[in-house]
Amino acid sequence: MIRGADIVVRSLIAENADIIFGYPGGAIMPVYDALHDYHDELRHVLTRHEQGAIHAAQGYARVSGKVGVCIATSGPGATNLITGLADAQIDSTPLVCITGQVASHLLGTDAFQETDVVGISMPGTKWNIQVRRVEDIAPAIAKGFYIAKSGRPGPVLIDITKDAQTDFGDFNYSKCLGFRSYRTHIPIEKSAIQEAAFLINMAKRPYVLFGQGVVLGQAENELKAFLDKSGIPAASTLLGSGALSEDHPNYVGKLGMHGNYAPNLLTNQCDVLIAVGMRFDDRVTGDLKRYAKQAKVIHLELDPAEINKIVKCEVAVLGSCKDSLSLLTDAVNVNAYPDWMSKFQELTDEENATVIQPDLKPTKAGLTMGEVIHQINQYKADDAILVTDVGQHQMIAWRYFNYKKPRTQVTSGGLGTMGFALPAALGAQMYDFSRQVVCVVGDGGIQMTIQELGTIMQTKAPVKIVLLNNNFLGMVRQWQQMFFDKRYSFTELDNPDFIKIAEAYNIRAQKVTERGDLQEAIEDMLIHDGPYFLEVVVEKEDNVFPMIATGCSVEEVRLS
Amino acid sequence: MKRYTIFVITENFIGILNRITIIFTRRGINIDALTASESRLEGIHRITIEVTATEESVIQLVNQIEKIIDVIKAFYHEDDSVVYQEIALYKIPVSRLDSGLEKIIRQHNAKIIAAEPDFVVLELSGHKEQTQELLEILKTYGLLEFARSGRVAVAKRMLTIDSFVK
Repeated sequence: MIRGADIVVRSLIAENADIIFGYPGGAIMPVYDALHDYHDELRHVLTRHEQGAIHAAQGYARVSGKVGVCIATSGPGATNLITGLADAQIDSTPLVCITGQVASHLLGTDAFQETDVVGISMPGTKWNIQVRRVEDIAPAIAKGFYIAKSGRPGPVLIDITKDAQTDFGDFNYSKCLGFRSYRTHIPIEKSAIQEAAFLINMAKRPYVLFGQGVVLGQAENELKAFLDKSGIPAASTLLGSGALSEDHPNYVGKLGMHGNYAPNLLTNQCDVLIAVGMRFDDRVTGDLKRYAKQAKVIHLELDPAEINKIVKCEVAVLGSCKDSLSLLTDAVNVNAYPDWMSKFQELTDEENATVIQPDLKPTKAGLTMGEVIHQINQYKADDAILVTDVGQHQMIAWRYFNYKKPRTQVTSGGLGTMGFALPAALGAQMYDFSRQVVCVVGDGGIQMTIQELGTIMQTKAPVKIVLLNNNFLGMVRQWQQMFFDKRYSFTELDNPDFIKIAEAYNIRAQKVTERGDLQEAIEDMLIHDGPYFLEVVVEKEDNVFPMIATGCSVEEVRLS
Repeated sequence: MKRYTIFVITENFIGILNRITIIFTRRGINIDALTASESRLEGIHRITIEVTATEESVIQLVNQIEKIIDVIKAFYHEDDSVVYQEIALYKIPVSRLDSGLEKIIRQHNAKIIAAEPDFVVLELSGHKEQTQELLEILKTYGLLEFARSGRVAVAKRMLTIDSFVK
């Protein structure tokens, strides 16, 4: 017989968790006491806020492909996880979050630090459960890990009362292998493959849109093989970036509100649209009434609830795209679309001349965000991980970062959570200290979770933080400029001396204000052994283009 | 907009009803009536939900309900493909009982299921239109209290839930 708290820790170890992120407090103290005995097998990272813990677990999960684990106490500890849960839910990130809860005899009495976290977290979790008895701990954790990582991944929350943690019980761990109400494997329907192949083989201007489903389904090779054989041009969503090397000849760019010109515009000229592991987010589709109406849509998707949710499809191929892509590759003809590809090239040339070159090689005095990313590309490793926050810098970094490997992209896509980047970068770095982790962040977002510099200091995680400082909440300011008559309502920031802050945390820091100093600073940063904080003061009122304004169609994408 | 009956076959776990109703709340769809009971299979519950909505939104509701981890299966039906019934109870003061009321009770096939010194309770099962019709009449007889259940329903097709419950 062992304590429930020891069962928690040994269950996590049995699930091959090697690192967890957390913050202690009253109702989770027995588990923290147990963690003290398992230093060698299970590393715990003490963040400075529970939101930091869950974003770190997300960053870890996104880079490793494993389940991220975080742990918090009851009440405010648990409620501080909610933003991360919602973020992981909408971006399909596998997490197991364990929260302490008041003793079972106090449940429902407004006890100290009691909150109904199971109720609060219900819409933001794939599954959650409250455990009140010691014998239910191990089965709940086993089921939680299985649910988090199988099917379409997502966050799970397990709330454990304090008495369940202190009671004694037997520990015989058995992994969950499935249960009757939850179907994870969907066999591919052969007829759907045939119908899809028929449409593709007849098409004159077929077009592939791929999303994070390719990464989650580990189907990167299958996607490449399909594109190699079919010759179809392919564009990436925000979270799909990294699923296909940007050097691939069929790769035509990025989709979405601030994606590339050609991929957005030509969505309305393709005749067959093949959506692979993507969910037609409104930031990708723009005005739905004018989205790809001319095209027959084939949707390769694991989650049945995504079929026909936003865009009606001609053929739905349900199941893992790893399976469906390889079957589809066998069924399609070897082909090439030189005329169609050249349309992409023409528009890309136009974007290059009007937007990209001025961004990357500016002639004006002020530094651009684009040239910073351009310099990072020159010195980064092929497998460098880019972690971004939310806003202008996120879109610019995504547009210009040269993605070559899977799982090199970590950002808050669906939820758009400012404050995500710094803790997520820490989590990504904790997975592997030998990888380059570049955290690009704005002056607004970094101040939402800036306390995690303390965690970076304590873990010595060699995160390279690049603060693109325009002293504005830049994306909101851009909208105010374009759509609200330049009424800059509460978007300008009086910022602190970020260098002093970083140095107070014992992190090497440098500030660049002149173009001439940029290249050397980035080189210094990337070769520095340890965490590094680089602040680049950029042009205050630069805008991100191309842009599909709200309510506009993809073909109304603007270059200025 | 049409009336639909949604059947949810689910594990009987704490909180499952909350998870299901959240899906309606998010989409701003009102639940007209809801009943839950054990099915003929032990440990498996069936929840019957009546909504007025477009078929398109009902399909999406059902897909999202099925996505709930502990839900085994969800279906939807139009009214003509289910057999359904509701039960209504009417509390009437004894002082208002007269031969006219007796006639009404007979005509509607209602039953007196309880008689107390001050009041009687009538019961009528049927579709909402029928129980509503009696309600309107009894309002003129000093109706003290009225309660109507949600719909209980079975599908007309022969498919059973056993195939979904391995």
